[in-house]
Formats: sequence, structure tokens, C-alpha cells
Amino acid sequence: MARQEGGRVIEIVVDIVLLSFLAVMAVGILRLHNLFAVVMLSGIYSLISASLFVTMDAVDVAFTEAAVGGGISTVLMLGTLALTTDRENLRVADLQILPLIVVLITGAALIYGTLDMPSYGDPQAPVHQHVADRYIAEGPTATGVPNIVTAVLASYRGYDTMGELTVIFTAGIGVMLLLGAGTRRRKG
Amino acid sequence: MRRHLVLRVTTKLLMPFILLFALYVQFHGDFGPGGGFQAGVIFGAGFILYALVYGVENARQVAPDPVIRVIIAAGLLLYVGVGFAGLFLGGKFLDYNVLASDPVSGQHLGILLVEFGVGTTVAATMITIFFTFAGRGQDGS
Repeated sequence: MARQEGGRVIEIVVDIVLLSFLAVMAVGILRLHNLFAVVMLSGIYSLISASLFVTMDAVDVAFTEAAVGGGISTVLMLGTLALTTDRENLRVADLQILPLIVVLITGAALIYGTLDMPSYGDPQAPVHQHVADRYIAEGPTATGVPNIVTAVLASYRGYDTMGELTVIFTAGIGVMLLLGAGTRRRKG
Repeated sequence: MRRHLVLRVTTKLLMPFILLFALYVQFHGDFGPGGGFQAGVIFGAGFILYALVYGVENARQVAPDPVIRVIIAAGLLLYVGVGFAGLFLGGKFLDYNVLASDPVSGQHLGILLVEFGVGTTVAATMITIFFTFAGRGQDGS
């Protein structure tokens, strides 16, 4: 029992450390004007988010976040910087009162909203009352796939995954059309 | 980056492992963390690393644009095709139960196929997006 308590304390410490890293990264991204450093920091931000997902036992999500957010996005942003410039166009603005008020009110509303949310991992939470029980109970035997995440993604929620794949397909087609991979002039 | 010997050699050494790991994530996604999306991104990242170190033109020779374009569509078509296969075999759209003699192996086969479709489309899309971005800078356009 004491061992379990110790585990929970360590978990909380890890969570606090990772979340404060996230906050530091966010402030750094806001304050830096060298866009190369900003891209690197946002890559680190993704990696820390992935670590947070790991502590929440969501390894599949962490995997995706590390690969897409930490890897591909960073490379694409660097490619964009290579095409444009890595210096931010500085515009020193006066302190704007109205945007500050809007941000404060929105933030306060969001924090007020979290007070109503079920605590993390609560089995009585509404999201666990609907179909999750059935997926967990019969998923592995009905689909023959031990990883429930894969079973839900590919089988129970097959339509949604097809939609996601269509989104990626459309993104690829859009980039090809906009940046002109198809009409690229050959060298020579 | 073409003159950096260490990067060139390291990339060459890492390449087979990255691609193999992508295939592992793809086909082991049924049992452990991973699946089509992650595998596709890792596979694409392998090509992107190659293009970064050896140049986009060399990478394009390994993955020519017309082939990649066909693969983008092929993955999505495989996914939708599995859906229609269920329809034609007497089930509903994306119903894998009817794909094989018993429902469980049908489910397993269907999940394997749609995950493969996801992986191929994601990998090809990542490669295309990167080549398009990087290719523009090299052409000077």
C-alpha cells in the first residue's frame, strides 16, 4: 500500500515537472524572435506533450504526437523557413487593452469549465458510461486484436478513421495543387 | 549538407532500421502500440531524412513523383475497397465479419488491410508534402 502511495507521489512530481516545462517552452516561443529557435522549441514542446501522454498511459497517442508533432511538423516548418526567412518581422505594439480583456475572460471561462469536469481516470465519468465498457469487454475476443486502441480505431470506429485518412489524402492533394508538384519544371 | 561525411554515413546506416521499424510498427500495431498512422509517418521520416542529407533530387529517384502519387490514392482506395468488399460479401460497409470464414479472423484481416491502407497513404503524403516544400527552394522558384 505504501509502495502504491509512493508511486502516486512520483507520478504527480513527474506531471508537475513536465507541465512546467511546457509552460516554459510556451513562454520561450512567445518571447523569441529567431524563428529557427521557435521551431526547435515547438518540436521540444511536442516531445514533452508526448511524455505527458506516456504518463497518462496513452502510448498510442504519445507515439503519434512524437512522430507527427516532434518530427514531421518540425521538418516542414524548417522547410518553410528555408523558403522564407528565419527572422520575425518585428512590430512593437502598444499595450492593447481590449485583446488582454478578451484573453483573460476566455481563460477564466476555460478554467471555470474545468471545475465541472470529472477527475482524471474517473470510471463514473460520462465518457466511460456509453460504449467504452463494451469495447473493453468484447473488443479483444470479437476482433482477435489484443490492442484495444487498434481495434477501436480500425474496426469499431472504422468510419472515423476513413474520414481521417481522407483528410490526410486531401492535405496531400492540396499541397500538390498549391505548391505545384505536378507542374514542376524538370532541370535541363 | 551533402559534404558532411558523418551525417551521410550515419544516415546510410540508420536507413534500413528506420524502414524496418516502420514496418514493425505497422504490422505489430495489432498487439502493441502503433498502427498505420505512426508507421506511415516513420516510413515517411526515413525518406525525409534521406532527402535532407542526400538532396531531394536523389530521393526523388528512389520515390518518383508519379509512383508516390499513385500510392497516395492506392492506400485510401484499399481502405474504401475493404469497406465495399464487406458490402459485396453480404455485410454492411466496413463490416469485417464477413471477410473470412469466421468473424474473428475476418475482423483481424480487415483491420490488417485498412491499417495497411492508412500506412501507405500517410507515408506517401508525408513524402510528397516534404518533396514539394523542399523542391521549391531548390528550383529557385
